[in-house]
Amino acid sequence: MKARNDDYNERRKHLESYTDQELKAYFYQLTDKIIDPLLDLAYDYTSPAIERSVLLRMGFSSIEAKAITDRLFDHGLLEYGAGHIVYLLYQRKNVTIREVGLMLLDGKTIEEMVEVFKHES
Amino acid sequence: MNPNEKLDIRNILKDLEHYRPKRKGWVWREKGPIDLGPFHYVQASPSLKNYIALPSARNLNGIDPQPDSTITTEIASGRFEDDIRRMRMAAYHGADHIMVIRTAGQSHMDGLLEGTPQGVGGVPITRKQVRAQRKALDLIEEEVGRPINYHSYVSGVAGPEIAVMFAEEGVNGAHQDPQYNVLYRNINMVRSFVDAAESKKIMAYGGMAQIDGAHNANATARDAWKVMPELLVQHAINSRMSERIGIKPDLICLSTVPPAAPPSPDLKLNLPYALALREFFSDYKMRAQMNTKYMDSSTREATVTHVLNLLISRLTSADIQSTITPDEGRNVPWHVYNIEALDTAKQAMMGMDDLMGMLDFRQDGYLMKTKREIQERAILMLEEIDEMGGYFKAVEAGMFVDSGKYPERSGDGITRQIDGGIGANTIIKRNKKYMAPVTAHYGYNNLEQYGASYINDPASIIGGSTFENPDLIQYIDELDDEDNVNIRLDENEKYRSTSLLKPEVQWLGDGVVTVDLFFPTDVLTAEAAALETGKQMNLSAVEVIHREVLHPSEGTRIQLKGTVNFDIDKTKLVLRKKEETLPEEEILDYVKKHEIKVVAGTGGSDEHSVGMREILDIKHGGIEKYGIKYTYLGTSVPIEKFIDAAIETNAACVMISLIISHDDIHYKNMQKLNDYAIEKGVRHKLILLAGGTQVTPELAKKYGMDQGFSRGTHGKEVASYIVKKHREIYES
Repeated sequence: MKARNDDYNERRKHLESYTDQELKAYFYQLTDKIIDPLLDLAYDYTSPAIERSVLLRMGFSSIEAKAITDRLFDHGLLEYGAGHIVYLLYQRKNVTIREVGLMLLDGKTIEEMVEVFKHES
Repeated sequence: MNPNEKLDIRNILKDLEHYRPKRKGWVWREKGPIDLGPFHYVQASPSLKNYIALPSARNLNGIDPQPDSTITTEIASGRFEDDIRRMRMAAYHGADHIMVIRTAGQSHMDGLLEGTPQGVGGVPITRKQVRAQRKALDLIEEEVGRPINYHSYVSGVAGPEIAVMFAEEGVNGAHQDPQYNVLYRNINMVRSFVDAAESKKIMAYGGMAQIDGAHNANATARDAWKVMPELLVQHAINSRMSERIGIKPDLICLSTVPPAAPPSPDLKLNLPYALALREFFSDYKMRAQMNTKYMDSSTREATVTHVLNLLISRLTSADIQSTITPDEGRNVPWHVYNIEALDTAKQAMMGMDDLMGMLDFRQDGYLMKTKREIQERAILMLEEIDEMGGYFKAVEAGMFVDSGKYPERSGDGITRQIDGGIGANTIIKRNKKYMAPVTAHYGYNNLEQYGASYINDPASIIGGSTFENPDLIQYIDELDDEDNVNIRLDENEKYRSTSLLKPEVQWLGDGVVTVDLFFPTDVLTAEAAALETGKQMNLSAVEVIHREVLHPSEGTRIQLKGTVNFDIDKTKLVLRKKEETLPEEEILDYVKKHEIKVVAGTGGSDEHSVGMREILDIKHGGIEKYGIKYTYLGTSVPIEKFIDAAIETNAACVMISLIISHDDIHYKNMQKLNDYAIEKGVRHKLILLAGGTQVTPELAKKYGMDQGFSRGTHGKEVASYIVKKHREIYES
């Protein structure tokens, strides 16, 4: 930002008539206006860390969660949710959640899932 | 745990794989007025089951009044196993919020760390380390009789995973503030906010208290007190975001530091700010932190600044009172300074109990006008952020951590680009089929595609997540064969399981000592002389940690640290014998049968009388209580007069109080007393006792006394000794 002098006395004129309570209400009104788009962004997007945290909650170790997430990212599948991919695979195979997750680390299985989701985007 | 038994670290580490935390979520202290000894306290909390009171409590029956605020201590020496011992010591001094600092660089690690590698300036936060420390605290909280909150950081590029691990492991509080990532860790801003929403959602589920990162702005800005309007903005962004994601307002804590410190006019700058903040953020909690920005190597100066910070806390409010160790300006905090900081908080807060029950703030003039001005400046800043196009645009423009007091701008703010920083371009837009089958997940989650019944309980689709079923958690013990706690424990095992002992400041057996020196010379010469002194004392790794000029040429104080290279064998030590006191009945019986008279007073040119009165008077449990009759000669009594008075009153005992110890005058006076008694031919039938804060029993005996009594002596011990000695002289 460009340097500028303190022009508080001019800038504040519209605030002068506010009571302390009104000032506080206005403060939060402005705050909400600034965080609305941030919350929307977080609602619509995910990240590798979020997907790893989902896999952790599904019972994978940190090392497994990272490996699976990286692999799904590389194959463009993260937009569906790492947990989602694992869940779908789980429905197709007759093994535990953890076992199907680890299957994603081998070549063939991940391609199967790419095939499943190919027509989605 | 037994207070007389050391905590067994190996036992803590045993069977960790199956350990589950005793409880989850943050706990506030019980608070309300208490009566303790002769006093009534208003802003207080119940006393602990086991504790170490302030030194002066010795004169007040050892009472240890606890303030109503949760008290934090920050512990992280790099070795979590040593930190566990410090946590136990801290709990005894009143800490119920233990904050663990992360090792340098962990915020840039893309994923969780595992195992127990040694850290730098903190510890690597891992599941094993967290579980071990929570397990230890589960024991320690029972020992002190108060819940202890355990806390670390949910930030960096692995925030959501850390949050999950914390929720699973029963961590009770965490720092979480995406602005911290953006401004100070150069982590991509979009990624930071997207991750933060998930982290906050998880923290809300775990009942964790959240502390924000705004205080870093005043530690970073050139002139800390000018950043006040921005601090309000930063607090607002994080707090409001957290609340809207679902963290309860009473678990949203603002990390607030009085930005200024002496020699600036501390209260004049900090008090209006503290009021402005508490008025705007009355729905949330205040975590009052102490100033670190203006900390140097003087522990005394830091302590005074921190007491002024505590004054602000008492003038306004502090739900959590954080403490900063007074040595933080010179090294990674040592054990004793955690304790000093805790005692400073306890002492100052209880000393200022109910301050605002006696005072009011002036509603006209400087204070309220300045408070309002800070608030208005913050609002103007929010307005401009909005005009610029929102938060990200404002960060790109360098709006934050500018050294100008908003709206003044110096053009030196921190600038980050929307596609820059660590983790840039890693967020992914969720597909309309996106689904995450877990509890506490933020944002779009299409469960409907599998059935409406899953919407309110996403984890039910897989039969529950680790939050519902902790047996699903995958525990990793160690990943590094060389760098782990087992190796470290083996290396210093001799200090744990043999009779060997070594001085320590932070790690078992580290051998570090400090030496406090004065040299009658200038600072440069004094420094060099100090290093040479350390060398000649056979210290290794000698380093000057503090220098203080008393006068440019007349003198300099130097504190140095060094390492000793020897062990002490406990079996070869001669311990001071603790005199066994006779049972009360026996003393009373004996005195009833033998009239024992005592002559007492403060000797030489010494006007101190408090200690002596406590040993004598019945109301302090003094010797009078046991029927011993005394003649009190007063203060500044000439030495000869003690013996003359004893002869005159037919006393069997002389008690001399000697407080002034300058030039060993106290020992010289003891010798004089002894010699004069001999001269008068009465030494064999007189019991000569000396007491005083600087009196050691061994030296008192060396200078002719029968016994010496030091700080902390009670009347009963003296009465017991008089009876024993009287029996020896008159009945043998």
